[in-house]
Amino acid sequence: MIQLLPLFIAIPLGGAFIITLTSRKRKRLADVLGVCAMLPLPVMALLTVGKQGVYNMGSFLPPIGINLVLDGFSVLLLVIVNVIGFLAVLYSISYMEQYTAKYKYYALFLLMVGGMNGVVLTGDMFNLFVFLEVASIASYALVAFGCEQEELEASFKYLVLGSIGSTLILLGIALLYGLTGNLNMAAIAAVTANMDKTWLFSFASVLFLAGFGIKAALVPFHPWLPDAHPSAPAPISAMLSGVLIKALGIYAVTRVVFNVLGATPQFGMIVMIMGALSMTVGVFLAVGQWDFKRLLAYHSISQMGYVVLGIGLGMFIIATNGPLVVAGTALLGGIFHLANHAVFKSLLFLCSGSVEYETGTRQLKELGGLQEKMPLTRATCTIASLSIAGVPPFNGFWSKLIIVIATVQAAYLYPGILILTAVTILVSFVTLVSFLKVLRYVFLGDLPAVLKSIKESPAFMGISLVALSVLCVCMGLLLIPGARSIFLDPAVDVLKQGLTYGKQILAGL
Amino acid sequence: MILPLCFALFVVGLYCVLTKRNVIKIVIGLTIMEYSVNLFLVLLGYKKQVIMSQVQAPIIEKITNLDDFFMKAVDPLPQALVLTSIVIGLGVTALAIAICIRLYQRYGTFDISEMRRLKG
Repeated sequence: MIQLLPLFIAIPLGGAFIITLTSRKRKRLADVLGVCAMLPLPVMALLTVGKQGVYNMGSFLPPIGINLVLDGFSVLLLVIVNVIGFLAVLYSISYMEQYTAKYKYYALFLLMVGGMNGVVLTGDMFNLFVFLEVASIASYALVAFGCEQEELEASFKYLVLGSIGSTLILLGIALLYGLTGNLNMAAIAAVTANMDKTWLFSFASVLFLAGFGIKAALVPFHPWLPDAHPSAPAPISAMLSGVLIKALGIYAVTRVVFNVLGATPQFGMIVMIMGALSMTVGVFLAVGQWDFKRLLAYHSISQMGYVVLGIGLGMFIIATNGPLVVAGTALLGGIFHLANHAVFKSLLFLCSGSVEYETGTRQLKELGGLQEKMPLTRATCTIASLSIAGVPPFNGFWSKLIIVIATVQAAYLYPGILILTAVTILVSFVTLVSFLKVLRYVFLGDLPAVLKSIKESPAFMGISLVALSVLCVCMGLLLIPGARSIFLDPAVDVLKQGLTYGKQILAGL
Repeated sequence: MILPLCFALFVVGLYCVLTKRNVIKIVIGLTIMEYSVNLFLVLLGYKKQVIMSQVQAPIIEKITNLDDFFMKAVDPLPQALVLTSIVIGLGVTALAIAICIRLYQRYGTFDISEMRRLKG
């Protein structure tokens, strides 16, 4: 299995190349090749569950060569990226009929997936930067795919902020290389574990926080997200909100801070505060929106706040040598919410895409009464809305519950954290309010006269919607002890080990 | 001394991105930022204790006196990194310029303050 790791990067990149080469004139061929290239990836990703290992590119050993590392945390992200990517491609078969140049879309899509798989798997800092840029450039182009005024404007904004973020990350990597003389993550970790931290080291970590913060759209760095995510075609919005900000932002910053730089209390505190800010600012901006997709985009900021809050709390407790059990709970909550958010937010964006595909508008005030005409979309959208709002049997409830439990446990050590508990619950409530508004304005009420003739969305779109909503209902089962020890616990363990983890990678796991 | 100057160049680029209203000038600002980081990476390869005139390229001509070579040769790794980073920068700049051209076709102007269809 470990020998197959490069295929996660090679298949999408090769697929993109072949599609641009062959499918220029043949539209159906582009569909077939796009699906064929994405089909093996989720299967392979599910086969990696529970495994770990290191693959040395070209058999050069780690401190000199580049290695791909498969561990609990990468497995989790690999499964999310590839499963959601596959469902988004299925959805695109019908949805992208509205656009010309479908083969370009598939090529860029595969490029983005290849970049994200690379970010998730790589064990080398500069390689991380390269894959991050591959995924980012593809996503800039995909946001502008429609070439209308709004799309170009949003894409330019995203490109400018995204390149500033990438430049900051590259500067951070350069500083880190100057300080430690290594680019391999494991080798850097071995050096940083024993070095005295100068101001330059802190400066590098701040650069990483700002750079990855821009990619993840945490609150002071968020303005590009509510423009870029709604402007893209719906399956791309689902990929951007569901996967890209997690793989390039949250995953990368978590990996770098925990396993390369080493967690510090100050850093944990800053990340926690950014999480709490993202949660509140995002949700209050979302409530007032009347554009369906823009509302969802603001909720992405808010839900990323939950993830970052859980991870930041875990970082803070580990760095202050607090009880590892509490840190583990916080990290579990954050990581589980990351997985859940990927599922329900992509489902919501695909639902909004179905509505837009059939009605031609995404203004909530122009919609209404679609429950009779689009029963499948209504059912899946309701499930996703209840999930994101944290209503019990659905997956969002369980991860939010774990985060709340973690904050209450941490409040025994630091009473101030109780404020975060209150914020978490309040934000969850406001989320519920705003999604009741969505359901009310889109699916209930009177059907406008212009929408009398609409019908349910095509079959391929329906398959993706149903598959994702089944995941929404079932993902709570991952918390059952047997399932948890296979999928979620290994991811948390990787983060809990911190810098000592580097030694294991150098030894080949 | 020269490393803080790189950082100054970085700040110049950032200032250009933040204050200019012409989209092309913003792209130029981005490029300046990128190049300042590239310059910084290349300069990392020099060793402080060697005098400038004695620095040599990291190419082994004769297998004699390796210690002296390790003392004087610059670190070749940052040069490889910079090459990669320049190529990536080229890709970003090309895409940015393509978007600028499309923006000009749609809005008839390069002024960023007149492109305000997205808000809220």
